[in-house]
Amino acid sequence: MTDIPEGKDETLGDVLRQRGISRRSFLKFCATTASMMALPPSMIPTIAHALERAKKPSVIWLSFQECTGCTESLTRAHSVTIENLIFDSISLDYHHTLQAASGHAAEEARMAAMEENYGKYLLVVDGSIPLGNPGYSTIAGISNYDMLMETAKGAAAIISVGTCAAYGGIPHAKPNPTGAVSVGEIIKDKPIINVPGCPPIPVVITGVLTHFLTFGTIPELDHIGRPKVFYGQSIHDRCYRRTFYDKGQFAETFDDEGARKGWCLYKLGCKGPTTYNACATTKWNNGTSFPIESGHPCLGCSEPEFWDGGGFYKALSMPTEDISKTVIYTAAGAVAAGVAIGAIQKGRKNSAVASHSKTTIDDLEK
Amino acid sequence: MTTHSVQFNIQIGDDLTWNVAPLLHEVKHALDNLIKNNETTIIDLRSIPLAPGEEDKILNILGQGEIKAQLYALGQSEIIETQYAGVWIVSHYNDENEIMGRFIEITSMPDILCSQTEDMIEARNHLSESLKEGQNIHESSVEKSA
Repeated sequence: MTDIPEGKDETLGDVLRQRGISRRSFLKFCATTASMMALPPSMIPTIAHALERAKKPSVIWLSFQECTGCTESLTRAHSVTIENLIFDSISLDYHHTLQAASGHAAEEARMAAMEENYGKYLLVVDGSIPLGNPGYSTIAGISNYDMLMETAKGAAAIISVGTCAAYGGIPHAKPNPTGAVSVGEIIKDKPIINVPGCPPIPVVITGVLTHFLTFGTIPELDHIGRPKVFYGQSIHDRCYRRTFYDKGQFAETFDDEGARKGWCLYKLGCKGPTTYNACATTKWNNGTSFPIESGHPCLGCSEPEFWDGGGFYKALSMPTEDISKTVIYTAAGAVAAGVAIGAIQKGRKNSAVASHSKTTIDDLEK
Repeated sequence: MTTHSVQFNIQIGDDLTWNVAPLLHEVKHALDNLIKNNETTIIDLRSIPLAPGEEDKILNILGQGEIKAQLYALGQSEIIETQYAGVWIVSHYNDENEIMGRFIEITSMPDILCSQTEDMIEARNHLSESLKEGQNIHESSVEKSA
């Protein structure tokens, strides 16, 4: 029998064999992985070949202004699933929710992983970064901004998991009291993959990791940094209720005849036409369903500023706010960049307070 | 045939997405291709927008043929030849019986049913070790005499 290497030299094939997983099981794993990554089934042999030889990458996971929903989404599965097989095949060197170490020991683990894998590790971030006051969110006395800047330096790539890390999310919602910004608004010199969603579909998170493991590159991204393979089509275009939209058949309330017949939820505020995500095909809870299938409009949680999109139950009249605002700065250094972003945030905060609107119970009953 | 889909309280009309008939035509063309060129086609049902009930409709139309195999690897898998020879439904579940993927394979035999070379090498090594130690032979003879 061949010797199986241990530690960071392990390949995914080694990990699977150590767990007593047969080649046939591995093929099943590759078939469901190809399906998860929306790759054609003809790619299954290529995935099998690449994954078997893929080395365990070091991953540092930083959690900032977040609710832990993204981690919950990924780790909730209790059984042997694609998600946790992929998750087991990475070397998760720092994740303050999951790791046993705390305090100085935890921070030392992060520093050691950064040093040992400088230039090669993957940095995963969930949560937004407050620029209003460094004290709004700290870990081990280190501000989120400082920790991000320090850890991003040696990262091969950054994965912004969840809408908060990708676009600011709920903390960024008007009136944005902490001056929350996304990772992409601070870091400009590293490849950033945005995996938005509140939370993202777990297989979409692992799909991005799998892509990196399989091909050693980041996937093709859309204009706001999302992998096209998962975010390339709108919920509306892939929705099984789309034919009702085309025929002009809409549910007007949540309990009318149209709702009972499963007609289109556009008039009830569905954000499917302006939302790009894999919910309609990948679905949730291991393919059980997705919100529209349960009779609720899409909230548009994978879109920038979805929280300020004009009310969850107000029908779309125009796309949600354009988010292509970027902070332009020169190579004057990270500190200068931080100041520049902070100044912009102040301006945004003032305008956000002015335009802040609330959804009332009357809106829900309309 | 056992399916694990969740039932919804939604009235299902005919051809909600109009994807049922085109999909079945695709299966027919794939079967042509298998017969003429011996080329296998795999259709991932997860990649196609289907309304609640439509997947069951497709499965019911294809029906069940002569072979139904069960595989136990990372949870159960069910491999069924439909009433149309050469058209197979391969369904993968995890160990909580949740569906992980479902494919229509147009082939003479789905790959996953074949014994895999790596597993056969592993099996030969195990058998060889057992024979060296004499365990299996001894245990079998003890069982027989008991």
